[in-house]
Amino acid sequence: MTSPTVFAAVGEVGKDFFKERTTDTLPCQSTDKLFCWDWARENFDRYETPLRQHVELVLISVAIGFAIAFALALLSHRHRWLRPPFLLGTGVLYTIPSIAFFFLLLPLTGRGRDTAIIALSAYTLQIIYRNTIIGLDNVSKSAVEAARGIGMTDRQILWKVEIPLARPEIFAGLQIATVSTVAIATLATFARGGGLGEPIFGGELGIDFKTNIIIAGGLAVLLAAAFGLLLLWLQRLVTPWRRVETE
Amino acid sequence: MPTGEAATDIQPHSGASSVSYVGATKRYGDSELAAVDDLTLEVPAGEICVLVGPSGCGKTTAMRMVNRTVEMSAGDILVGGESVRSKDAAQLRREIGYVIQQIGLFPHRTITENIGTVPQLLGWKRDRIRARSAELLALVGLDPDLGDRYPAQLSGGQQQRVGVARALVADPLVMLMDEPFGAIDPINRERLQNEFLRLQAQVRKTVLFVTHDIDEAIKMGDRIAVMREGGRVEQYATPAELLMAPANEFVEDFVGADRALKRLALMRVSDIDLWEAPLATVGQPTAELRAKLDAPDVEVPYPLLVDDQRRPLGWLSERDLAAPTVPERPDSPLGPVLDRDDVMRDALADMLQGGAQYAAVTDAGGAVVGVLSVEIISEFLVSSAAKVDEHPAVERPLGAEGSDD
Amino acid sequence: MSGLLSQLPFASIDGAIEFIFEPQYSNVTGGNKVGGIDKVVELTINQLQVTVISLAIALAVALPFALYLGHKHKFETLAIAFGNAGRGIPELALIAFMAAAIGVGLLNVAIALAVLGIPPILTNTFVGIHQVDRAAVDAARGMGMTEFEILRKVEIPLAIPTLMGGIRGATIAIVATATIAPLAGYETLGDFIINENVYGENGVLAGAILVALLALALELALAGIQRLLTSPGLKPRPA
Ligand SMILES: Nc1ncnc2c1ncn2[C@@H]1O[C@H](COP(=O)(O)OP(=O)(O)O)[C@@H](O)[C@H]1O
Ligand SMILES: [Mg+2]
Repeated sequence: MTSPTVFAAVGEVGKDFFKERTTDTLPCQSTDKLFCWDWARENFDRYETPLRQHVELVLISVAIGFAIAFALALLSHRHRWLRPPFLLGTGVLYTIPSIAFFFLLLPLTGRGRDTAIIALSAYTLQIIYRNTIIGLDNVSKSAVEAARGIGMTDRQILWKVEIPLARPEIFAGLQIATVSTVAIATLATFARGGGLGEPIFGGELGIDFKTNIIIAGGLAVLLAAAFGLLLLWLQRLVTPWRRVETE
Repeated sequence: MPTGEAATDIQPHSGASSVSYVGATKRYGDSELAAVDDLTLEVPAGEICVLVGPSGCGKTTAMRMVNRTVEMSAGDILVGGESVRSKDAAQLRREIGYVIQQIGLFPHRTITENIGTVPQLLGWKRDRIRARSAELLALVGLDPDLGDRYPAQLSGGQQQRVGVARALVADPLVMLMDEPFGAIDPINRERLQNEFLRLQAQVRKTVLFVTHDIDEAIKMGDRIAVMREGGRVEQYATPAELLMAPANEFVEDFVGADRALKRLALMRVSDIDLWEAPLATVGQPTAELRAKLDAPDVEVPYPLLVDDQRRPLGWLSERDLAAPTVPERPDSPLGPVLDRDDVMRDALADMLQGGAQYAAVTDAGGAVVGVLSVEIISEFLVSSAAKVDEHPAVERPLGAEGSDD
Repeated sequence: MSGLLSQLPFASIDGAIEFIFEPQYSNVTGGNKVGGIDKVVELTINQLQVTVISLAIALAVALPFALYLGHKHKFETLAIAFGNAGRGIPELALIAFMAAAIGVGLLNVAIALAVLGIPPILTNTFVGIHQVDRAAVDAARGMGMTEFEILRKVEIPLAIPTLMGGIRGATIAIVATATIAPLAGYETLGDFIINENVYGENGVLAGAILVALLALALELALAGIQRLLTSPGLKPRPA
């Protein structure tokens, strides 16, 4: 019969036709390419605003989270009975998925950047709180005794001995919290909070355009790495005694 | 069966194998120096052999080659005449007890479960494991009720008792003990040492015991191998031989300048030639005694008053002797009375404490067999010390002083 | 409280609860009601299913590696750095990219989610095994346990708290991100959140409540499992 031939002919024509269109005529996003360099070069400025928003989301959220978690840690350092409730509370906030948290706030704060920031800050509490109390616990008792011996008050011991010696753990917590927040802030777009999730989910490019996903996701990964390394460097800067030990 | 497969009870003497090192050598990685170099050593079955030497000399390595937790580079070790390499390592280790300084109890298992580790590996039934654990807890001097506790609930000394029980549970052919009491406070260490010796008298295992403490070595060892860097054995001897005749300066240094005093710990009063004192009985004419005291070969210048069964009552003074007959109540108190089985060091301590020059020595029935004098002991010490002085301290090579820890 | 909230312009608890139990009218479905308990149950099961499959994949990949490396004490820095780097994976980009690259549907989503679960499991398992008291392992080996027995009878039981910490972290990350699985063609409770035009504001809030409850329930269940698996000998007790 003739059908196989016909089919082959159609197939052949179709293939050539498609090939021609993909390389020249069709816009890059309708092809199956992993990454379109040309498109990326032309459209890179699309990502400036999302990137700036993303950085802001992270910085503000971590700053708020740090302020609260640190205060909680100091409070429960003095009053140890506060630890279990604080651990439980921050643990619950940590467990609630951020994307759910955004919308749990819907009746209270609606949508927008503030909502995203509240949820992201809540997420960081547990990590920073835990690390801070571990750091304070790890301070050697003899250092505290010595400080008391030379007549420091409790407040002086806390700020001049315990907190400085707890810096490695505190910074480790800050680092983990910041890197995690960079990743999770891509979800802020669901709450219309902007950020690098915006071009993926909220934009007009389509969620299956890989070049777009790679650029937005890649920027988030790079941002996380940059924050991670920056905090690592800061940690070394504020704990000079550790460098002496390891060198 | 030594593995305990068929054993249902403690079976003292049931299993002990000799251990023979035959040119055993261990080189870590591709290091130039061997940690243990060509070690040849024979440990008879049922004895405690102590490996002693400064830190890093290869004691642990030598010991661990026996159960192959360190694999030999060359040479061989025979346990009961069989090469340790002829068996599967895990199989071999189940027949060898292992006690380490860090104890290494499993914190997630109860004491009973800890002790039952090897039996469980050997497939014993639960009831049998429980019974055996309880038995061993009692054997190492712990309340069997502790069996349901966890290690964190026990003191360090109790934990190491459990460690010893765990090693003994399957009636091993050989026990390896690496500084087992090293992390325990001095008072409890002494207690554990004594208990272990008592235990060993019952079970008669072949024990390889590692320590860097020469006093512990002398106390625990039937034989002592003094080692130096590279696992080289400088002397392999009984504690007494080691103290009396150190083979070289290294051993002498390691044993210490007070080795003569240490020897007193090894000796019993009966090991030494005692002096004789003139014996007096109540009512005896003093003239007889004065005649005896005037004899040229008299050793003790005071008569010892005894009863009709030769039990000591006291020493007679010049004033007592001035009377015509021996009085019922002697002028001088009796002072310390020693048993002929007393350890010499304790005897000396008793005499020094009582401020006595002489002490009556009695047999098990309390009858006088002789007199120990501070002079005898000091003569003994001087003759030992003379040997030490043959090698003046200044000539000793630098760094030879046992650099423990 | 809920009376006050229901007067706010966005969504209301009352409305959300109604949505959970009773199907509601939608603006876009042409009269078909949306939501309701049947749908909630279906989507909850979907989300649990993808979470469990994904967790299983993550465990199958990460556990053998981590147990082996931890037992051998190899590649410590790498294993720990891997876990920290894993936190920086942007969830949304990951799901979107994996959907575009390997396709949509349950298994593909599960694989994508597993990528998030692997780092915490790998790192915590490694650290848990790596930090087991060496004396206990030495004693175990000296008593004649095989390497596998040492792992099974000594190292894993002692590593349970840390190891379970990793599994809990992985589970939270997976179940949270499963919420956006509808973007990759697999319906979970997140459908209520993402398709606001279909479910309305109350549907979105209902979805958020359900997802939060699901995550908390899973966390609670795993904490319970951890308790059961942890030997009483490892629990801090008054001296
Ligand atoms: N696992 C190892 N790898 C490399 N070198 C080792 C190892 N164990 C011990 N050594 C070396 O072998 C020598 C003997 O050590 P060891 O047997 O532990 O001595 P001791 O128990 O007498 O203190 C030392 O120099 C030590 O540094
Ligand atoms: Mg050693």
